[in-house]
Amino acid sequence: MKKTVFMGTLTAVGLVAGLASAATLDDVKARGELVCGVNPGLTGFAAPDSTGNWGGFDVALCRAVAAAVVGDGTKVRFVPTTSETRFTALASGEIDLLVRNSTWTFSRDTDLALDFAGVNYYDGQGFMVNKNLGVTSAKELDGATICIQTGTTTELNLADYFAQNNMTYTPVAIQTNAEGEQQYQAGACDAYTTDASGLAATRAAFATPGDHIILPEIISKEPLGPATRQGDSQWTDIVRWTLNALIAAEEYGVTSANMEELASNSQNPEVKRLLGTEGNLGEMIGLDNDWAKRAIAAGGNYGEIFAATLGESTPIGLARGLNAQWTQGGLLYSPPFR
Amino acid sequence: MADAVERPKASFRPSMLIYDTRYRSLTIQIVVFALFLAGAAWLVDNTVRNLAVLGKTFDFGFLGQRAGYDIAQRLIPYSQNSTHARALLVGLLNTLLIAVLGCLAATIIGVIVGVLRLSSNWIVARLMAVYVEIFRNVPLLLWILLIYTVFTEASPAPNAFRPDPTTGEADRSMLLGLFAVTNRYTAIPGMSVEHGLGALDLGLFTLNLTFAAIVGVLILSFVARALVLRHAAAVQEATGRRPRTWWKSALILILPVAIVLFALGFHLNVPELRGFNFVEGVNVSNSFMALWLALSLYTGAFIAEIVRAGILAVSRGQSEAAFALGLRPRRTMSLVILPQALRVIIPPLISQFLNLTKNSSLAIAVGYLDLRGTLGGITLNQTGRELECVLLMMLIYLMISLIISGGMNVYNSRVKLKER
Repeated sequence: MKKTVFMGTLTAVGLVAGLASAATLDDVKARGELVCGVNPGLTGFAAPDSTGNWGGFDVALCRAVAAAVVGDGTKVRFVPTTSETRFTALASGEIDLLVRNSTWTFSRDTDLALDFAGVNYYDGQGFMVNKNLGVTSAKELDGATICIQTGTTTELNLADYFAQNNMTYTPVAIQTNAEGEQQYQAGACDAYTTDASGLAATRAAFATPGDHIILPEIISKEPLGPATRQGDSQWTDIVRWTLNALIAAEEYGVTSANMEELASNSQNPEVKRLLGTEGNLGEMIGLDNDWAKRAIAAGGNYGEIFAATLGESTPIGLARGLNAQWTQGGLLYSPPFR
Repeated sequence: MADAVERPKASFRPSMLIYDTRYRSLTIQIVVFALFLAGAAWLVDNTVRNLAVLGKTFDFGFLGQRAGYDIAQRLIPYSQNSTHARALLVGLLNTLLIAVLGCLAATIIGVIVGVLRLSSNWIVARLMAVYVEIFRNVPLLLWILLIYTVFTEASPAPNAFRPDPTTGEADRSMLLGLFAVTNRYTAIPGMSVEHGLGALDLGLFTLNLTFAAIVGVLILSFVARALVLRHAAAVQEATGRRPRTWWKSALILILPVAIVLFALGFHLNVPELRGFNFVEGVNVSNSFMALWLALSLYTGAFIAEIVRAGILAVSRGQSEAAFALGLRPRRTMSLVILPQALRVIIPPLISQFLNLTKNSSLAIAVGYLDLRGTLGGITLNQTGRELECVLLMMLIYLMISLIISGGMNVYNSRVKLKER
């Protein structure tokens, strides 16, 4: 009899443990804090400053999601993940959300059992070399030693690109961008390859950025986006529509400054639905109607975040390029808030 | 008239399972075993459920898929079009290479240091003690990183060996014109033959017939040398005088191989700076050198202590007797002390070999792609098969360890004291 109770408890514990990971929204609400997996240090995207406060483009999205869900953009615990550990950290439930320059690919979406909630940065893989090598094109890199982060899509693209162009190279496997930076600067590799935005961010942190050039070839498509665990579509929806809210806010001219004003007297019904003064979009995803307002208030709309972290007025100095609104010739396009 | 004491009937009651010492131990074992099984079943069940929730399956099919990534150091042909299984094999061979070379170097270092630490020369003995204490008491990972950093920071980039177009002089020149130490690798001469014997495709790998021929000749030479030594021993037994064998040994070991190499048109390929890097020769990466040196020096310190303990375990009377017979200290050590000390040395030595092999997985710190780096690193990440990869990796390390342990135990049973 006692044994039956014991075995019953075991089975129940097993069931609970098995299903515990399903409802991320409830976990985050109960914890009062979002656990966000980010890059361990890539200036402009995610890096702690001298006081230990995380800042950057990816970090801003984490904060927007936290603001939408728990009401406060500072209620985020950042977990630095390497390119190798990131997906395991997400799958095991160590983090709720992964915003770490991760490329949306077919096999990651299906086989790795991840869900990509959208694209927050359209990127492509490039190469950076020291000017004194005299290399001006990636086609001249035959025989070079190349630093590459393991477990990335860039690693696979690199192998494909060199094979297609009948060139050889020696890969130097590194774990993090910081390690790559150190190896590249020590001359342990001739070229460093990663997403072009990452190269720009890395170069910006150098003592003499002018000594290094980013080669013109972009050898791949790298749509970077936030990833969640598969099988929790409510949570994925929240992340997806938080990102869309930031993008739509820029499109409709909603900024963190004029948001309150537009919420009450905008003539555009879509802006009103976005800001929660009309309809009940928030309730449909398990939040309240002010969710998008809080997300935008946390760090501004997409354009404000971009300008503050990566844009041309920052040391990284990236142009909007593909990441401009669709109305400006870019690829950013939020589905309607309806 | 004595009272007839009636013996109680030997009947079994369930309570005896707990209160009767005859059954109690059995009961406890059965209960513990059942609990253990239940725990294991829960673990497996929980894993299966969690995998199902994540939408993942458990299968090893990914091993047959195209790997898509490159590996810098490979002992067998491999390209990004090879399968993950092939990448696993490349990584496994890299692990075995570092394990074998590491064990060899650590044993040599350990025996020399262990013997020298007992030297009567005060400075030598203290120096050895310092080496042992320093290496034993600082974590291995730090040694690997330190040696790697020294290699990377203290040596020039390959570019430094490029002659300046105006002066024709380079910043650095190669050692003896054969070696170049750079911050990426040490370029050493490669070996090649002009008239190779081709290769035999054996499915899983291709057998290089040239290499096989050289190894075959070497093995035959060693067999021949063993016969010569046995003959010398027989002569010694019969006449008491040992014939000189060193020149015969040298001739037998060197001449046949030299003839074969000459016939094959053997020559050295001197490394040459072309493009970005040295080509023609072999580039031994700094990560390999750092890992190998650190593993050997670290494990060597432990082996030195084992050797010292082994020597101290041999009774002092043994060396006194050997000296009384007129044997010199060096011969006493090699003929009398060490053979007896081996019996004490070998069992703990097995553990050190196992440690070194398993510690080689610290290769991750310097980007050396061993089994942990290929199967447990890139393959795991590209395919997302954490459970399968880690289980497979554990299984492979377990097998390697069991093989080392088994082989060393066979050796141990050969050298241990035989009682008749």
